[in-house]
Order: sequence, then structure tokens, then C-alpha cells
Amino acid sequence: MRLLTGNDLKTGAVIWWTGSDWSIHVEDAADVSGSEDETARREEAARRVNAPYAIDAEMLEGTPRPSHIKERVRALGPTIRPDLTLKPADPDIGNWVI
Amino acid sequence: MYKYDTYDQAMVDARVEEFRDQARRRLEGKLTEDQFKPLRLMNGLYLQLHAYMLRVAIPYGTLDSRQMHALADIADKYDRGYGHFTTRQNIQYNWIRLEDAADILADLAKVEMHAIQTSGNCIRNISSDHFAGAAADEVVDPRPYAELLRQWSSFHPEFSYLPRKFKIAVIASDTDRAAMRLHDIGIQIVQNDAGELGAAFYVGGGMGRTPMIAPCINDFVPLDRLVTYAEACLRVYNRYGRRDNKYKARIKILVHELGAEEYTRQVEEEFAHLLEQGVEPPFAELERIRTFFEDPLFEADASSDIDRSDPDFALWVDRNTVAHKANGYVSAVISLKPVGGIPGDATAEQMRLMADLAKDYSFDELRVMHTQNIVLPHVRKADLHALWTALDEAGLGAPNLDTVEDIIACPGLDYCSLANARSIPVAQRISERFAKTGKTETLGQLKLKISGCINACGHHHAGHIGILGVDRKGVENYQLLLGGSEAEDVSLAKITGPGFDEHGIVDAVETVTTVYEREREDGERFLDTYRRIGMNPFKEALYG
Repeated sequence: MRLLTGNDLKTGAVIWWTGSDWSIHVEDAADVSGSEDETARREEAARRVNAPYAIDAEMLEGTPRPSHIKERVRALGPTIRPDLTLKPADPDIGNWVI
Repeated sequence: MYKYDTYDQAMVDARVEEFRDQARRRLEGKLTEDQFKPLRLMNGLYLQLHAYMLRVAIPYGTLDSRQMHALADIADKYDRGYGHFTTRQNIQYNWIRLEDAADILADLAKVEMHAIQTSGNCIRNISSDHFAGAAADEVVDPRPYAELLRQWSSFHPEFSYLPRKFKIAVIASDTDRAAMRLHDIGIQIVQNDAGELGAAFYVGGGMGRTPMIAPCINDFVPLDRLVTYAEACLRVYNRYGRRDNKYKARIKILVHELGAEEYTRQVEEEFAHLLEQGVEPPFAELERIRTFFEDPLFEADASSDIDRSDPDFALWVDRNTVAHKANGYVSAVISLKPVGGIPGDATAEQMRLMADLAKDYSFDELRVMHTQNIVLPHVRKADLHALWTALDEAGLGAPNLDTVEDIIACPGLDYCSLANARSIPVAQRISERFAKTGKTETLGQLKLKISGCINACGHHHAGHIGILGVDRKGVENYQLLLGGSEAEDVSLAKITGPGFDEHGIVDAVETVTTVYEREREDGERFLDTYRRIGMNPFKEALYG
């Protein structure tokens, strides 16, 4: 599957296209296979996202998991500061990244 | 330290307002990202893995307590309560909002700081010896010359669009504490037999994907021609440096391809031309700058006695303090490398503590080391115990300067969009391993440097032990290098062989230290033993 991601223009936060809006949670991301270029152009023009691009991902236990480690780090936060990630209370979340 | 005059302040204030307008137009959609990106980068604002990142310039690594307090306040007010001190003596914030960026620059301007020229193809922050003005072995304080070059290079219209970024370091002792010969231009202030001061120019060094050691192209440029000679070096580069290929655009490639002799000939020709143009600032300006760097009022009869009855304190004194030019004083290094910690990170609270301690014990001065630690340059020996006690209580008392635990690590894949692998977790595991085995002290000086990609922000080419993180089919892999040095005995490290995974690299580092322990002769550092016995014994132990 393909996911569309970028950064929030105002905050710089990593965001994912859900099919109708943007979310900071990769679990909300929708498969954009075939429509990634058009969606990226439209959303960038609307200033809702900065520098969008599409990535490869796979479904894992019902939620999308980016194929490359760099995108998994982007999706979660720095692995060396669990307190700054989106899931600070999950002790096993590092396994999802690595 | 240098204080802004009305021109400096007006320039920085004007730049803040200019950027405020640019950011507003970007947010309103009047600028595209392609249009805005070069403008934000000129103000140190990157877009990194998780958010915008702001890199703030700390000229030649020198700060006062007021400035360090301001950096702490920015960390709390606009970021997530911490900052990261870098290998170019700067500080970076990792969680910046574009909406806040201009306000941050305004807060910086209030304390005579900015983020100008911390990115882009221009002359970057000038770096220097972190013990400048305190070192017992310097011929003169190098910072006035660094400041003169900072002023010359700030907004220099001819050098705002160079083929590639350009980094200058200035030192004034034979001991190189600034990786001088691994810069685009390295300048060593020297004294000739007649007692006159001059500048030795080393041009074309650098790390990155093509590491090179800068050759000396002129061993004595009179100081009243320092700027003119630097301008000549830049002009030749600006004219002939390659703009067609980003990976061949640094000056080291030009010097290498032309040959040092031909490059020097062209520089000398340009220098002669420039002398006729009279581009050198009046010598009085250098004298004016120099007045800002006069010695503080050291006590003439400061005691040299240190009560070493506390063994933890004694170890810290032995490991983390450095000889000072004034009797009864030392330079004290505050380690930002606690065991298992993140190299170079400091919380806002720690920054405030360091600022207050600088005010109380070091004539209000701090320095950022390129090794990602902080120096209090002028501390009375009599104050050391009180200083250490305060540091230790705040988790800043690690006695590990220049040991295997004092690891340089770039932000790596945890923060950096260019990185291929994580650096920081490897540094954490290595420091934990050696702290656990208790070998840190017995291994002595061992400089370990980790980069998460070939751009080498973690200086892996210059590590006694270097580690380079690479991406091998989407999996982190770590190459091991041995034999580098950024100091006066400069050398480039060589790769041992096939790389290791995240856990294997920690074992590999321990393995090579075991070879060192077995093979070393009296007084030899790891680097000395490596240079004597060569790579093979280490490869044998690693790969069989």
C-alpha cells in the first residue's frame, strides 16, 4: 500500500493523509495508491501540508506500518526519547519502529 | 567577550523583521515552499524528521550567562525543554513551529544572538579553540581574529551564494582542539622567530563523503592582511568551485583537483590583486575588537591547593579540568555525556544551572566544545569542589572527558532527515557497556565518534574509533573505522571491514579495545598502538 505524508505547514508536525483530512497518527492513514500525486498537489496548494510525498507501507495487525525505518521513526518520534513520542506510555513501541 | 555595537544590533534586528514578513507570507500562501526554503535556511530554519529545526549560531562557541539563560528560556517557551549542542559549537532546537520562528529570532536578538548563516552555501559560524583565552599553550587569544572574520563574512555579498557551504576554524596553539585541518579553511595564529604574529592558512580540508586533510598553503600571512588573504582564498573557490555537482562542490575537491601548488599560485595572484584594492579593514578595527577579549581580573595569589580527599571529586578534577595560563585557575569541562545519555543534549534546567555557575565561578563565560560538552574557562582551583558538587547533583558531573564514554554523536536517524541510521542509541549502549565493565578509566584517551550518514556530522573519520551508520536494504548497519584524529596529529580513519548490526557494533568496539589492552606499550593511547601495530591485529580479532 501507499501512504501520503508530509509536515504540517504551521507546526512542522508529521502528518498522514486519511482520505479526507490529515492526522498526526499513522494508524489513521489511508491507502492512496493511484491518487497520491493528485492528492499531494491539491493539499499542498491548499496549504494544509508542506512538501507531501508518498511512501510504501504494509498492513500489520490492522494498521499501516511504513516499510522503511526512517518513515517509522517519523511516524512515532525519536526512539531515544519515548516521552516525546506519540505513544509515551507504550513500553513496546520501540519494537514497532525497529 | 564581544559586544554588539549599534550596527551589529541594527543588522540583526532588521533581519528578524525581514524573516517575520517572509514567514507570514509563507503561512498566507504568498510564497511556495520552493520560494521559502532558501529564505528559511538563511535563517537557520530546517525541516527535519519530526518538525522544523532551528540552528542558532554561537560564534566560536563563546557565551555569557545571560545568553545561556536565553537559550534555556527558548527551550522551555518554544521547544520541549531541551537543546542539542552540536559539533560546530552551535545549539539546535528540534521541535520548532514556523509560527514561532520569528519570535524566537527576536528573543535571540535581545541577547546579541541569531541564526544567520547557520545553513546555506555561505560562510558558516566561525569555530575556534574552546579553551581560547585560557589555554596555557596559546600564543594569543584566537577569538579576536575569529570575530574579525565573523564580521567580514556576515552578509558578505560576494560570498552569499558559494558553490557549497564553507567552514572556517581559527586556533592559536600547536595543540589543535578545533579540528582545524578538517575545515574548508583552517587558520593557526603563529609567532615567528622575530616574535611577530601571523596566520598559517590550511585550505581544503573537510569530512563528509570525501574526507581530506587541508594542506598548508601559506605558513605566515601578516595579521594586517588576514582578511585580504581569506578573501583571496574564497574568491578563487567562488570562481572555480564546481557548481554542477553538489558532491564535488566543496573547496577540498577544487584544491585536490587543481593541486595545492596551483591553487596556492592562484590565491597568491588574487591576493596581490586584492592588496591593490585595499579590502583589508583598518587595523584599528582589529584593535577595537581585541579590547573585548582582554583577560578577566585573575587573582594574582589564587591558591593552587585542591583538597582531593573525596575520590569522586579527585577523579573529576583529574579527568575534566585542564591547565590554565593563570596560576591557581583551571578550565573545567562540564560533560554532557552521562552514562547512557544523549551526547550534547541539555535540559533548560541544566542550561540555567551552567549559566549560574559560570556567573559564580568563571567570570560569566561559557564555551561550547565541538565535542558537545561545555567549558567554564576560568575557574579558581579553590572553587572546584563547590562547582563539582553543584554539577554532580544536576547529573552534570560525569568524569569522562576524552574517554570512551565521551562520545561525539550526530542526531542521526532519530532526528535528521539525511541520516541513514541512528547514532544516539549506539552511543548510549557503548557508554553503558564500558561503564559497566569499569574499563573506561584504564583505556585512557580514546576518542569515539559516530555519524548516522556519510555527511559525517559526527566526525567519524576523525575518531580513534569511528562508527558510520549506513542503510543496508532498509536495515541499519554500522561500519567500524580505526585510526582517525582531528588533533595536531591529524589522520583519517580506515574501515575495518564488513559492518555490524546495532548490537554487534557495541561488541566490536569492545573487541578492538581488548586488542589495544593486549598490545599497548607504556604510555600508549589507543591511537598510538593502532599506528604502531596497524589494522591487521584488530581485523583478526573482529573477523577471525
